[in-house]
Amino acid sequence: MLVSAIRLVVGYAIALAIGVPLGLVLARVPSVKRALGPLLLGLSSVPSICWLPLAIVWFGLSEAAIQVVIVLGAALPVTLATESAVRQLPPTIERAARTMGATGPTLLFRVLLAAALPGIVTGAKMGFTFALRSLMAGELLFVSGGLGQLLETGRDLADTALVLGVVVVIVLLSRASERVLFGPVERLVARRWGTAVP
Amino acid sequence: MFATTKWIGAALAEPEPAAAPAARAVERRPAPGAAGASAALEGVSLEYDGATVLEDVSIDVAPGEALCLVGPSGGGKSTILNLLAGLVRPTRGRVLFDGVPVSGPGPERAVVFQDAALFPWLTLEKNIAFPLEVAGVAPAARAERVDELLRLVHLSRFRASFPHELSGGMRQRGAIARALATRPRMILFDEPFAALDGQMRELLQGEVERIVRASRTTMVFVTHAIDEAVRLGDRVVLIGTRPGRVIGEVHVDLPRPRRGALGGTRTALGGASVEDVQAVRIAQRIADEIRAEVDKVAREEADGAWGSSSGPDGGDPRRHLGRGI
Ligand SMILES: Nc1ncnc2c1ncn2[C@@H]1O[C@H](COP(=O)(O)OP(=O)(O)OP(=O)(O)O)[C@@H](O)[C@H]1O
Ligand SMILES: [Mg+2]
Repeated sequence: MLVSAIRLVVGYAIALAIGVPLGLVLARVPSVKRALGPLLLGLSSVPSICWLPLAIVWFGLSEAAIQVVIVLGAALPVTLATESAVRQLPPTIERAARTMGATGPTLLFRVLLAAALPGIVTGAKMGFTFALRSLMAGELLFVSGGLGQLLETGRDLADTALVLGVVVVIVLLSRASERVLFGPVERLVARRWGTAVP
Repeated sequence: MFATTKWIGAALAEPEPAAAPAARAVERRPAPGAAGASAALEGVSLEYDGATVLEDVSIDVAPGEALCLVGPSGGGKSTILNLLAGLVRPTRGRVLFDGVPVSGPGPERAVVFQDAALFPWLTLEKNIAFPLEVAGVAPAARAERVDELLRLVHLSRFRASFPHELSGGMRQRGAIARALATRPRMILFDEPFAALDGQMRELLQGEVERIVRASRTTMVFVTHAIDEAVRLGDRVVLIGTRPGRVIGEVHVDLPRPRRGALGGTRTALGGASVEDVQAVRIAQRIADEIRAEVDKVAREEADGAWGSSSGPDGGDPRRHLGRGI
């Protein structure tokens, strides 16, 4: 359980660290968008579990393999959500910022990223769901501790109660993440940005 | 330079009341050494993917002048403002600020947009502080300037509010305060009051007149509303459409501070002053010019059923300058 949670948090954090800047770059740099856009869109339709064989070939049956799957699964939706959030900003926001002398990193992070935050939070929430799914898929496929392995054990022992118990834990985990993390963040963002609470 | 410009101000210029007190004349023009900069469009043309948006537009703005741009929708008024702001580059011609070609936006040229464009994630005071922060103003000086600006626009009580917690009029006042923060030498307004009700507009027009004159900044103010242009402008330039170009200009030689639409109401009630009558007459003249232009566009659109709407068979636009409809 703790093993799973740590994997999840680490993988998800890396996914955010990759996804948000990448989305920003995609939205702002047309050449990158042309080069990577179609590829990323295509990849986002690939279920993350499909990466597992590749991850195992590269990293063996290791912790790293599971991390790769989580990161890949979660980073893509975060990237795409960030990109569309930045792209859909009203143009006057950027124009106003530029007339006030904002350029470079100030414009990018203090204005565009901040303005797009409501959309990015939505994407981040989606990314978390993907991270959780990827984690389970990865853990199911090879023994390495964690909830997935517990599910496997339940299957081997034909222990329905154990399997359902693990499912309940997963449900609780995602509910808890909603309550203690995303719910409050979304409400805070909605209150400050004046957007509707989804 | 003003090939397409017709001086219609002269035609209607009532002789200045002989007894015009000297004090008034002083009050009307900015004092020498004013903070405002000059600006100019010199033979500017602008094309977007082959479509001509502006054609050979030349406009001079004197230091400290209040210039209003009026004209039909889609004529290119916002585009002219964006050119002056440095947000858009001309295809041909030059845009000058204080005699120097504009190479990009900068804090010495502030813009107030129609939809305020305050940053929704910052409180009002942080919004106003933003341009100062970008300019590297020290925190203490920044706080002092923000206080001063909040007082100027009467929003001190709302300093900690987020933009969506403010009324439309308050947001626009906040945007004006933010635009003034870095003491710009020119301030550009793009229909800032279009979304407000009549009374609020009236109030804010008075504020703009007061604030901009106090700061002695050069102002270019785009509006659909002729009464607004006549109230705020030292000069009103009429912008025609398809392609956007200058079709005329009117000098508004009325004393300040001026009365707005409420003055007009008084006129209707019989309490009109000489200035009220003059303002109405100037507005009438502008309205006639614009009506001729709008009619031209409507005719072209009707012709468009048979062919090009903007081709040479659309008629030389300059033929329709007259007041006849
Ligand atoms: N980025 C752009 N790409 C293509 N065409 C544009 C662009 N911006 C403006 N135009 C065109 O330029 C013309 C003038 O637009 P502009 O917004 O300057 O008009 P306007 O006088 O401000 O109109 P309104 O009074 O409705 O605000 C319009 O026909 C518009 O379609
Ligand atoms: Mg406009």
